[in-house]
Amino acid sequence: MSILKSYQHLNQPQKRRAFVKTFLLSVAAIVFPGRSGSQEKPKKNSKWILDDDYDATEHRWGMGIDINNCIGCGRCVAACKDENNVPKLPFFFRTWVERYEIEANGQVSVSSPNGGYDSFKPEISDKQTIRSFFVPKLCNHCDNPPCVQVCPVGATFKTVDGVILVDKDYCIGCRYCIQACPYGARFLHPETRTAEKCTFCYHRVVKGMSPACVENCPTQARIFGDLKKTASPLVRFTRMHNINVLKQNLNTEPKVYYANLDMEVS
Amino acid sequence: MISFWKKIPEQAKRLVVLAIILLAVFLVVRPQLVPSDFGELGHFRASALQDIIAQPVQYAGHEICTECHDEVAEKKGNSYHRNVACEVCHGPAAVHVEEEETDMLRIPRGRDFCIVCHEYLSSRPTGFPQIVSESHNPMKSCITCHNPHDPTPPEKPKDCAGCHASIARSKMVSHHVYVPCVRCHDTPEGHFTNPRVYHPTKPTKREFCGGCHASDDPSVAGIPQVDIESHGERYVCWQCHYPHLP
Repeated sequence: MSILKSYQHLNQPQKRRAFVKTFLLSVAAIVFPGRSGSQEKPKKNSKWILDDDYDATEHRWGMGIDINNCIGCGRCVAACKDENNVPKLPFFFRTWVERYEIEANGQVSVSSPNGGYDSFKPEISDKQTIRSFFVPKLCNHCDNPPCVQVCPVGATFKTVDGVILVDKDYCIGCRYCIQACPYGARFLHPETRTAEKCTFCYHRVVKGMSPACVENCPTQARIFGDLKKTASPLVRFTRMHNINVLKQNLNTEPKVYYANLDMEVS
Repeated sequence: MISFWKKIPEQAKRLVVLAIILLAVFLVVRPQLVPSDFGELGHFRASALQDIIAQPVQYAGHEICTECHDEVAEKKGNSYHRNVACEVCHGPAAVHVEEEETDMLRIPRGRDFCIVCHEYLSSRPTGFPQIVSESHNPMKSCITCHNPHDPTPPEKPKDCAGCHASIARSKMVSHHVYVPCVRCHDTPEGHFTNPRVYHPTKPTKREFCGGCHASDDPSVAGIPQVDIESHGERYVCWQCHYPHLP
């Protein structure tokens, strides 16, 4: 009855036509469920589909680093520089490796000659080292990034899959983000004079590849994966190890997870 | 309306005019300076994402190498280097994949490349195969004895120092220098080829050390001996004495 009431403003032939149309559509909807236009789900966040159906909203990237596996060969540093055209000078790194040496008297010394690009040299010293290990470092892709917060023009930003990127055409080179990063992960590119940093090799990730440093790590000290997928190698890594992050007290919520990290590392 | 305008003091009128001009300038200039796609996905230029992912890939990834070099890949896949990607040694291969005739990859043949990973450093994890390049056949190239695609040593390491160099160095300057490693560690044969699967044993009891160091033991003179019943009875020996440098 309510259907008929809604036709009351129409004249007789119009009424009939509208009724038949509604009836046929109802029958069609029952016979072919899911085909009718009204039931189709709208494409969600289609703006974030970046490359060949890569939907950024379905991912959340992170990295795991196992200190016990790192041999300090620096192949990650070399691969990163090759992949991303980072200047080959010893001050510019998107990722680098530090060597920690902890002496018997508690003294901690950290060294990173050329960022570990040429590996490390054996050295003869009278230091009484009781513990020593390598720590690869890179942008932590914080969930709460101080660098993005301070950018005055919106040239650095967090993507929906959790990667912090720099728009080098929009960056004004004010260096504010370099100051703000507590991990020293950013630098000013000497030629473009804009801020640069690790992108988790975003151009590779959207094509389904892993970052160059992960691809080239000979001992699988670096693990890359999707935190949204329970079957990803990274989620397994965080399940199997005791995990720590750098400078946890700053509440930056880093997405680079360290296993077997020593207390002295900051 | 006009009378209301006349009531406003002259200086305030000028300020209002100025404010209107500034607002107009702002409204005209702002769209010129802010990119049209700014704010589409967040507080940034949406097209920056496309610029960033347009960056060319240099490292092609290890899977693609096996399509042509399947024999090498199979050999490497069964060796200790199975997890070392081809491009770690041979360099970025994306161009080589496209132009395999003209763009040849590097083949490191000298001693200086292998030692990037295999030189002994005290910071490297124990058990990772390391050499002291100054004394390890210094005049020979690594590839004369080791095939990089299947680097199994031509003979298994003669002594434990091949991998446990830092322990060997401590033991070298300790009174235990003549005690062979296997006196304390029962080492399964598999440990030499699969070190992380087959583990050597470690002594678990005070009586093990007591075998030499207990005072009732008629051993060679010169070995320090203690009354094992009363000497630090609550502890096991290696809580106070590091056996490799006691």
